[in-house]
Amino acid sequence: MTLPVLAAAALFAGVLAYGLFGGADFGSGFFDLTAGGSTRGGELRTLVDHSIGPVWEANHVWLIYVLVTWWTAFPTTFAAATETLFVPFLLALVGIVLRGAAFAFRKYSGTLAQARLFGAVFAGSSLMAPFFFGTIAGAIASGRVPADGDGDLWSSWTSPTSLFGGVIAIGTCSFLAGVFLVADAERAGHRDLASGLRRRTLTVGVVTGAVVFVALVPIIHDATTLSEGLTGRAAPLILASGLTGAATLVLLARRRFPAARLTAVVAVATVLLGWGVAQYPWMLVDEVTIDQGAGADATLVAILVAVALAIVLVLPALGYLFRLTQSERWTHD
Amino acid sequence: MVTDPAGLLPARQQMALSLGWHIVLACFGVAFPAMIFVMHRRGIVRADPVSLGLARRWSKVSAVLFAIGAVSGTVLSFEMGLLWPGLMGPFGDVLGFPFALEGLSFFVEAIFLGIYLYGWDRLPPRQHLLMLLPMATAGVVGTYCVISVNAWMNMPTGFRMVDGEVTDVDPWAVLLNSGALLQFAHMWVGAFMVVGFVVAAVYAAGMLRGRRDEHHRLGFTVPFVFATVAALLQPVIGHVLGIRLGQTQPSKLAAFELATTTEQPAPLRLGGLLIDGQPRWFVEIPQWGSFIARGSFDKPVRGLDTFPAADQPPVNITHVAFQSMIGIGSLLALGVVVFWVARWRGRDLSGNRWFLRCVVVAGPLAVLALECGWIATEVGRQPWTVWQVLRTTEAATDNPGLWWSFAGACLLYVGMTVGAGVVLRSMARRWRAGEEDLPSPYGPQRQDA
Ligand code: HDD
Ligand code: HEM
Ligand code: HEM
Repeated sequence: MTLPVLAAAALFAGVLAYGLFGGADFGSGFFDLTAGGSTRGGELRTLVDHSIGPVWEANHVWLIYVLVTWWTAFPTTFAAATETLFVPFLLALVGIVLRGAAFAFRKYSGTLAQARLFGAVFAGSSLMAPFFFGTIAGAIASGRVPADGDGDLWSSWTSPTSLFGGVIAIGTCSFLAGVFLVADAERAGHRDLASGLRRRTLTVGVVTGAVVFVALVPIIHDATTLSEGLTGRAAPLILASGLTGAATLVLLARRRFPAARLTAVVAVATVLLGWGVAQYPWMLVDEVTIDQGAGADATLVAILVAVALAIVLVLPALGYLFRLTQSERWTHD
Repeated sequence: MVTDPAGLLPARQQMALSLGWHIVLACFGVAFPAMIFVMHRRGIVRADPVSLGLARRWSKVSAVLFAIGAVSGTVLSFEMGLLWPGLMGPFGDVLGFPFALEGLSFFVEAIFLGIYLYGWDRLPPRQHLLMLLPMATAGVVGTYCVISVNAWMNMPTGFRMVDGEVTDVDPWAVLLNSGALLQFAHMWVGAFMVVGFVVAAVYAAGMLRGRRDEHHRLGFTVPFVFATVAALLQPVIGHVLGIRLGQTQPSKLAAFELATTTEQPAPLRLGGLLIDGQPRWFVEIPQWGSFIARGSFDKPVRGLDTFPAADQPPVNITHVAFQSMIGIGSLLALGVVVFWVARWRGRDLSGNRWFLRCVVVAGPLAVLALECGWIATEVGRQPWTVWQVLRTTEAATDNPGLWWSFAGACLLYVGMTVGAGVVLRSMARRWRAGEEDLPSPYGPQRQDA
């Protein structure tokens, strides 16, 4: 593997981690939004607070990791993408800011009226961020970001690939979140909550699957380089994703929640990985390859040193945090 | 002369707004964990419920502040690309590495923050306390890393320009550039001043309203001790920082000193503005300008007239911001000296209403000094984004829609400020009413009650 490819792999590992952990966080906004009135939804919202409260900031840092690795290792492609995709980047950012702030505010708000306001902002913006990230991915994958960054400010991210990308991102995040929340609710002994969540997660899963199916045709026409990769090199991954996705539905239906969590993660991870593999060797599809976009060698080495440090310092700590949150003591108040 | 890119002005405004907002919360991320540690440790070691109660409340406050600190930092990461593609494209691989390490420290900080906040009553007390240490350390490392980038923008190294192309990139040289350590020290100590005075101000306000219990006494004293040490160190570090400007950025120094022409020895001008090219309305102290800027009473200070007009920074903003910082810094240092001298002579000024009023004002003043310091540094660096390498006009985006995004940013920040204010005040109100746990209002606990 060349140095640029290693750096690209490190970058993509961040995308993967953000997609899974950040995604599950975002998706919980969907269930929060649809939890019902303040009395009926109270239990679910408390569960959301409890489940993502300790971890959301850590999960959010994956985004910082992705941005920083991107601009350090592939600076010109970063500048090109932010210039062309100014609008969706900005809107995704607004989503992230509103969501993080409103989540923290809601937890400590003094009155029900305030909590409802902050809650609505939190839940709504939780859907905004993945949607626009989806459109960004779609724009890059369909070759709409020119190397010099002078792509169209609007049409670059409003193609079918982008828009379906956004909707699929929302669906996937929600599905992932649902699977995690069901398991959390069950573990904490909230049986009724768990069965309600289970039903809704199944619905989300089926709908998202259907959207993916419908989207295939336009995407194949719209993003030819990507679809060649998806049906060629990445086909096994996409297939694996479909199978594990279906398995998740079955496991959910049979109330095997911990197992469903595992298959859901595999399903989302493989589809993201499939995108990466299909797009290889392009950094900006049809415009700049990984090798062409890479920054100075000395910097690539430095960034790999930083990644190695992260593996040694951050991953064990992250593991500790997740282990604590799943432990008996942290599950019950 | 090429015309300025359409995004130049709004990009600068937006950057200034979002950095100026972030930096205040960043200070809490840097300094608050250390203060909570001292309080929490006191509570455990002396089995003191008052200290423990304060630590617990502060950790809840930090949950709110760190959340908006983190999201406002994310804004900056996006803005690096959205506003300054001309910087990030050519120089992303030069300045990126410190940011990567910064990201790493944020990871550590965010992880241990989660553990600490939710660890109350769940982790064994001593182990719980230790979770603050990685947080505090990560805050320091992260600050060093960002500041090293800013120091690099002031004193660029670690690359060469050959025919307009960046070559020979050495990211380690950027991370360890010679300007970083001192600038970091000033920022780090500044963070302790800001948080120390702001938190002390909150309890001083409480004492002014007649709440004179142990809770308020401790809540005032611990941050005030931090602020004292910081306020005494800060002028010294700042002075050393200023001395090197004569070599590294003489035009910035000239603007700081309102020096239109070269003078030897140069006077210190207090106050004053540049009107039609002439300094007006200032008080002059002979020779002291040379001493403050160059560390000797007879060295010259270069005047602005020795620089081409196109290379001069905006003088008035830089000068006023710089002197406000110095004025406030000196005032605060004087204030803490007065307090401890009186205390040494057996008088406790925390019983004095006028002193308490001064402390209440000291909080916002420290924040103001911090903002002024940054404005002086950043505006004084103009017209360069990377000193004598990249002009701000070349760094900015050409996006004509940027005023919209600036307007949106203003709304967003006003909203977040109001939101944070409302929530923090309501927390304080409920605490005073004796509610320690602050359950969420839609939670099942509340409905049962
Ligand atoms: C609580 C805040 C605070 C206080 C009380 C002071 N400063 Fe400061 N100063 C800062 C907060 C700050 C800052 C915001 O943190 C800056 C901006 C950039 C930096 O690294 O630190 C800064 C920059 C800064 C610079 C510019 C460095 C450069 O452009 O490279 C100088 C020369 C000084 N300071 C000097 C002083 C002196 C002599 C002070 C004595 C009273 C002082 N500062 C008090
Ligand atoms: C002097 C300037 C700065 C200082 C001292 C500083 C310090 C900090 C600190 C301590 C935090 C952690 C906040 C918390 O979680 O409580 C933070 C967050 C952050 N800062 Fe800054 N920062 C500065 C400027 C910048 C700049 C210029 C950028 C980007 C270009 C930036 C990017 C970030 C990001 C992305 C986060 C969020 C990380 C997270 O999710 O926790 N900061 N900053
Ligand atoms: C956190 C405290 C900071 C504040 C309050 C601050 C303030 C400002 C201000 C007022 C400007 C506009 C200057 C002008 O247009 O005249 C500016 C520009 C800028 N700052 Fe800072 N700054 C801070 C820290 C940093 C740091 C740590 C970095 C980089 C790591 C940074 C990077 C930039 C860049 C890239 C620009 C735009 C280019 C330019 O105008 O020079 N700033 N900042």
